[in-house]
Amino acid sequence: MNTSATALSLPRSATTTPATAVGGGWIGTTLLALAVAAVLGPFAWILTASFKYQIAIYSGEWPFTPTLSNYAEVLFGRRSDFVGNVVNSLIVASASTALVLVVGTLAAYSLQRFRWPVWVSAGFLGWTLVFHMIPVMTLIGPWYVAFRELGLYDTRIALILTHVTINLPMTVWLMRAFFRELPPEIEEAALVDGCRPLEAFRRVTLPLVIPGLIASGILAFIFSWNEFPVALSLTSRDLATVPVAIARFAQQYEIQHSQMAAASIVSTIPAVILMALGQRFIVRGLTLGAVK
Amino acid sequence: MRENSSLTLVLNRTFRHWSLLPAVALFVALTIYPVANLFRMSVSTIEFAQAGEAWTFTPLRNLALLRADEVVPAAVRNTLIFVVAAVAIEMVLGLALAIIVAGAARGKGLIRTVMILPILVPPVAIGSIWKLLYNYDFGIFNQTLAALHLPPVNWLGSTSLALWSVVIVDVWHWVPFVFLILFAAVEALPVDVLEAARVDGATRWQLLRRVMLPLLRPAIVVALLFRTILAFKVFDEVFLLTSGGPGTSTELVTLHLYKVFFDQNQLGYGSLLSLALIAAIVAFLLVGRQAVRLARP
Repeated sequence: MNTSATALSLPRSATTTPATAVGGGWIGTTLLALAVAAVLGPFAWILTASFKYQIAIYSGEWPFTPTLSNYAEVLFGRRSDFVGNVVNSLIVASASTALVLVVGTLAAYSLQRFRWPVWVSAGFLGWTLVFHMIPVMTLIGPWYVAFRELGLYDTRIALILTHVTINLPMTVWLMRAFFRELPPEIEEAALVDGCRPLEAFRRVTLPLVIPGLIASGILAFIFSWNEFPVALSLTSRDLATVPVAIARFAQQYEIQHSQMAAASIVSTIPAVILMALGQRFIVRGLTLGAVK
Repeated sequence: MRENSSLTLVLNRTFRHWSLLPAVALFVALTIYPVANLFRMSVSTIEFAQAGEAWTFTPLRNLALLRADEVVPAAVRNTLIFVVAAVAIEMVLGLALAIIVAGAARGKGLIRTVMILPILVPPVAIGSIWKLLYNYDFGIFNQTLAALHLPPVNWLGSTSLALWSVVIVDVWHWVPFVFLILFAAVEALPVDVLEAARVDGATRWQLLRRVMLPLLRPAIVVALLFRTILAFKVFDEVFLLTSGGPGTSTELVTLHLYKVFFDQNQLGYGSLLSLALIAAIVAFLLVGRQAVRLARP
């Protein structure tokens, strides 16, 4: 066979990547194109469906006459609350992101910078890990009972607080990874120069972890915007978020498929905007900062 | 310039303590207290009346409900099949894709960007998109089959096929995640080690099997662990696609839990199920931690 021969004859130039040894050039490029098509295909299909009249979806006609009526009906239709759903989602996602950044960054800094007894730091980090791993559905029962007792059931406050809690493990672990990369000498120098601890944190350390704050903020916003089970269980019709609204579309007796497609496309807008900002942060966030 | 109010003094002196306090308070109030409450709820029957909720202590009733609940074995079985099948396919496809695409001449930046999309898009939207793709009458799959003069397939309505249709959606959703982790690891492989093996006459297969895979092992374990844990949490897409049907053929533990809480209004029995699920996840975590330790070179 010529496999070993090809492997041997590969040029040992600086441009050779480690994997050219296994993946051939054109095979790699072909597969790459296929993978991109496989990911984008369903989105493309749904995007065209969102511009079709219901009847054109059923008949599968091509080419079809594009229409904006689905978007108009979803966004401005008299029976649709979708704009209200978007506003709810934006409020909840923004507020919970701001809160989780404050709480999570302080906690991460505290754990990284101060010498806490091991049972405090290990206990805290261990519990965030366990909480991050268990399905959120297991806690919805007690949340439901507690928020009813406090009169917070079916309020944005309940949703914001739960979303902060859900995103806190990721924020703490991600920010901790960023703080860990800072040499402690920088802050020590500030303290020697007479800076108070709080000031040193605010003026010296915090500006250096702005990339981390941006990454955590983006992820927390996206996860809050996407969050479904809690929003489904703790809110009624008026406070429904975008995912809950889409689920209601799908559960109607007579499904309006074209409007469902349009609403789904609208719900992906934040993800599409933030997609360009880099996979590094997203993978790190999803693995609690475990992967660089 | 610097305020010397007593408040800033106190804040500075106690910064160490209050910096961790908000996070701890939030966790105690919204995770530790609820878990503690689960124990109390799991031995109770909770009913909602006009005046408020009425709790009665009925530990045996919830256990009896668990024993009589025929959906639980089906949900556990489906969840295990779903997790094992989806994660296995995702790991194999993600690894193969990462290794082969790393040799591509161009487009690596493009694929990194595109692969983020399924991870960031709302899972509910993914469920809704695939519900349309799978549609019996006009979905893309049955349209394609019709164009090939083949009979249509009932992707989500057949008891034997529905779970696998759900697995396919999960594979589409999460292969990109596995790919991104492993692609970064493949790109970071030490070139000189691979070169040395190649110069020594290693075939492509030997290079892959004996050099690359061992070097990639830590990244593979991280991807495997996180995928497995996320797979157990799956809810949104399946809620949209099938809601557990037809029958109980795609019923998963999280879906069943939701139905017990909010369709059957069994808060007490639901709490018992929640505790069992948490115990299972913690057990898995302990085993997984050991596996990571063993995988470290």
